[in-house]
Amino acid sequence: MSVRVQSDPFDPGAALNGFVSAQANAGAVVSFSGIVRDRPEGGLQHMEIEHYPAMTAGAISAIVDQAVARFGLDDALVIHRHGILKVGEVIMMVATSARHRADAFQGAEFLMDYLKSRAPFWKKEVTGDGASWVAARDVDEAALDRW
Amino acid sequence: MIDVVYFAWVRERIGLPRETVDTDATTVAGLVAELSAREDRYAMAFSDLSALRVAVDQELTDFDAALDGVREVAFFPPMTGG
Repeated sequence: MSVRVQSDPFDPGAALNGFVSAQANAGAVVSFSGIVRDRPEGGLQHMEIEHYPAMTAGAISAIVDQAVARFGLDDALVIHRHGILKVGEVIMMVATSARHRADAFQGAEFLMDYLKSRAPFWKKEVTGDGASWVAARDVDEAALDRW
Repeated sequence: MIDVVYFAWVRERIGLPRETVDTDATTVAGLVAELSAREDRYAMAFSDLSALRVAVDQELTDFDAALDGVREVAFFPPMTGG
């Protein structure tokens, strides 16, 4: 299992290749990458992602441990950035591996649902008109109920 | 003495990221009441607890949590990771 919290950009392709090549027993790997998107009305200059350094890696690792136990994952990778990110930059990625694809897909979805609402990150959108904190969405909280 | 840390708009509203608080409170809710009584900026930040989350020693918990032996309490809005 690997959890990385960093401000530096990373190459999700290279990270995925490294993850795949480290799997000795898995039959399936699933990955997800989250990308900074512009607002529907446009005008996003950049996003600022704040986090709680003393808590972040531990909170993510606890979520990873749950996913591994629940879906029998062989391995999991989470990379999450903080700091200033521009439109199109990769914010984060998860990768999961398992014997079969259903567990790898479900493990990745579980990780994403929990990272959204239980990992201590906060996004702020900065535009020419000012800055505003991204509000948590009810649908993201509700997504946890299915697990 | 407890370290109290704030994130996102809670930090901005209170105007500082971290402070050490000498408190008699026995629960998080008691600490919130003490802080809110200090100044308007605290009262404003804590006016709607349903809009806040709390972590005690880096573990998510709720406002009823006890402060016995606790070193750090963090207040922040619902998280928006991913």
